[in-house]
Amino acid sequence: MIFFPVLAAIFVPILFRKLKSIHTGWFVLIIPITLFIYYTGFIQTTMNGGHAISSLEWIPSLDISFVSYIDGLSLLFSLLITGIGALVVLYSIFYLDKTREKLNNFYVYLLMFMTAMLGIVQSDNIITLYLFWELTSISSFLLIGYWYTRDGSRFGALKSMLITVFGGLMMLGGFVLLGIMGDTYSIRELIANASNLVGQEFFILALVLVLLGAFTKSAQFPFYIWLPDAMEAPTPVSAYLHSATMVKAGLYLVARFTPVFAVSEVWIWLVTGIGLLTLFWGAFFAVKQTDLKAILAFSTVSQLGLIMSLLGASAISYHVDAGTALFKFAGFAAVFHLINHAVFKGSLFMVAGIVDHETGTRDIRKLGGLMGVMPISFTVAFIGSMSMAGLPPFGGFLSKELFLTSTLALKDFNLFNFSTWGIIFPIVAWIASVFTFIYSFYFVFKTFAGKRKKESLSVEPKEAPVGMLIAPVILAVLVVVIFFIPNVVGDTLVNPAVVAMQAGLYSHPSEVLVHVSAWHGWTPELLMTLGIIGLGSILFLTMRKWQPLYNLQPELLSLNGLYDSLMMAGEKGMNRLSRLYMTGVFRTYLIYMFVSIVVITLATLFIKDAFKVDFNSFAPLNAYGILTAVLLILSVVMILTAKTRITAVIALGGVGYSVAFFFVIYKAPDLALTQLVIETITVVLFLLAFHRLPELKRHGESKGFRLGNFIVAAGVGITMALVALSAHSQKLIPSISQFYKDTVYSEAGGGNIVNVILVDYRGFDTLFEIAVLSIAGIGVYSMIRLKLPGKGSTDESK
Amino acid sequence: MELLMAIVIGVLFTAAVYLILSRSLLRIIFGTGLLSHGAHLLLLTMGGLGGTSPPVLAEGITDYADPLPQALILTAIVISFGVTSFILVLAYKTYSKHQTDNMDLMRGNDEHD
Repeated sequence: MIFFPVLAAIFVPILFRKLKSIHTGWFVLIIPITLFIYYTGFIQTTMNGGHAISSLEWIPSLDISFVSYIDGLSLLFSLLITGIGALVVLYSIFYLDKTREKLNNFYVYLLMFMTAMLGIVQSDNIITLYLFWELTSISSFLLIGYWYTRDGSRFGALKSMLITVFGGLMMLGGFVLLGIMGDTYSIRELIANASNLVGQEFFILALVLVLLGAFTKSAQFPFYIWLPDAMEAPTPVSAYLHSATMVKAGLYLVARFTPVFAVSEVWIWLVTGIGLLTLFWGAFFAVKQTDLKAILAFSTVSQLGLIMSLLGASAISYHVDAGTALFKFAGFAAVFHLINHAVFKGSLFMVAGIVDHETGTRDIRKLGGLMGVMPISFTVAFIGSMSMAGLPPFGGFLSKELFLTSTLALKDFNLFNFSTWGIIFPIVAWIASVFTFIYSFYFVFKTFAGKRKKESLSVEPKEAPVGMLIAPVILAVLVVVIFFIPNVVGDTLVNPAVVAMQAGLYSHPSEVLVHVSAWHGWTPELLMTLGIIGLGSILFLTMRKWQPLYNLQPELLSLNGLYDSLMMAGEKGMNRLSRLYMTGVFRTYLIYMFVSIVVITLATLFIKDAFKVDFNSFAPLNAYGILTAVLLILSVVMILTAKTRITAVIALGGVGYSVAFFFVIYKAPDLALTQLVIETITVVLFLLAFHRLPELKRHGESKGFRLGNFIVAAGVGITMALVALSAHSQKLIPSISQFYKDTVYSEAGGGNIVNVILVDYRGFDTLFEIAVLSIAGIGVYSMIRLKLPGKGSTDESK
Repeated sequence: MELLMAIVIGVLFTAAVYLILSRSLLRIIFGTGLLSHGAHLLLLTMGGLGGTSPPVLAEGITDYADPLPQALILTAIVISFGVTSFILVLAYKTYSKHQTDNMDLMRGNDEHD
């Protein structure tokens, strides 16, 4: 079933082209609805603590296959994905125009994304989980850049791609480590083996790497920066990907791996700490924003941080005895708030889209007084915001209370220094909640209340079409419904998810004894809520006075500034670096090569202690040899010092003939013959080309230049001499030449061993050597005949 | 004898590399010529310089020079000749086209980057 959306996507372009009169979205709508109904069928199974499993083999030899494993946690996410997916598709039918937009692209990307998300939450195999993970990054990239002619879209798409793929790759590293340590790629088997994993060397590294993946995807501090820029996407995309589903993939990952990593102190500290920091940071900066979708983006960041910190706190339940139920509470609160957030944030994004669609702007400074013209949108926005602020009678209130209960419990926890630092948690959470309260009010009242600003709006605002309102209204109704029947939601969805998340602590979902109620007496958390409302109201009313304080923060010191300058520095630095060594001058590259040869060869020789000279094996010195050597060296010196071309050519001939003499001395008659002939031809060639060749000029080579060259050259020369001596002195295995000597007549019927080797034993060498010679001949011929256009063409006629 | 050959090889390589690093195109070609001589002699030396008679089968002789390096060198000589003649013509063409043999002036300009 995971692949259903992506397979259905194949038909989208066909339908788009063939049936132009019907909005393509209507066909697409069928898919998530079907899936949603299909997945509701599993609720009964997971409520009884069961699970459903199906698998599709992919690479059995590497133990990689698509295993779809549906337990409470996967089911909850699958229902969110398909349910909100259906509403978003419905919304997009009215949001996107069927004639102006490229709907085929949009729905293909969206369906691709849906498959990827279902794949993430249902995969039992970590490799396929990673596969789907990157597929969400890619489809999200495509969706953010949907209006690809805008600069902002492309920038946002690239930024989100870079950050999430960075995290994804880190996560892959963590997965591979886990797979090696646990000797399995199956998450269920990893969880079963969790106790064996703990002590292992790379456990903490794997933990941090997996968390990096989760944090980048779920926009946690400091990786949240891509999310506000991803708001360039069409609003249905923002509502779906960047509030309800994709950003929760990281939360899913943390929840799923809690049973594996929860035993580690690092996990609890990192997840809880980063979550709370993100919660505070996002809430704090949401108040600064002036764009509706940017406010919602920061609010998403903040709420994701809240859920993340709860997930961290729930991991503590692995350390305390069953008597302290408060930390199991945190797990429940996390999942419960996750549902709440998906519901209200989806509706809020849709409202923001409606406002944008009907007024032509999303700038909160230009908006106001829309309550009268857009009553339904206002109601939806009001319900969503109040739920976000955590006020009764909306779903957000319940999860906010649960959250405060859990943070209060944290300060009493006395493991890993929590007792000293724990007091910080409820305080930070409380301040963040105050800010949440402020931006929720800011969002809804600055848009809908107050006076109409007629002059700043280009179009006359009016209520959105009914079709566009259906989806947000359904979500808003859900927000209220959840408040009144929290325990139904708890029993059907949350408890099975908690059991999956805290595997090993429960045996049946009904053991999760968390009872949510709207009224639970005069508890400290209720007092805290009252405090939030009090302080939040005061601050909201005086907002005009202190909001400008945000402008004091310099742009460069923000995380976006850091990201931008990092990218710039990377690009410039790399450019400068490559310009530094890529000079374009041939000689520079040659020097790199020669110096590397010298350094590597000498270092190997001496490190491996391979240098050895065995004087005993040397052949005796003879006078002819010495004489030839002197002749050769003299010719070489002559070439080096030659002032005219003719001297150099003759000296080169001298070197060649001396080499031929050496061949004579060392009993190599064939070599000597060839060398003599070849040397003669070479000299003749040089002389033929003689008057067309340039003069020997120094081209102003300075003394230092020549000295540098000489040092490099001498280095190469000495290295080669040492190699010659060393190689001669140590022969590890006997030469195979004896075989040739023994069999040359009996096998090959020849007397001249060298010639027999060339044409019989090793005839292939000769064949291709002939080929080389022919190619060189053809090359020379065609180059001479080749008429190059330009300056030199007159020169050739001579 | 091997020590002497090592010195000769060293000198050949030094001179070859020195010439190749210079700015003049012609000197670079001379350098490659010397480099191939050095390589051939290196091959010969590494195989051993012993052996009192050439590797041609004859009655009553057992101490032949090693035939294998000789076969290799023979191939190498022919190939290096082919390459040398090719680059000689290449140099001639380059010179007639660009009217310079200064290697420092022959470099990719920015539009080819």
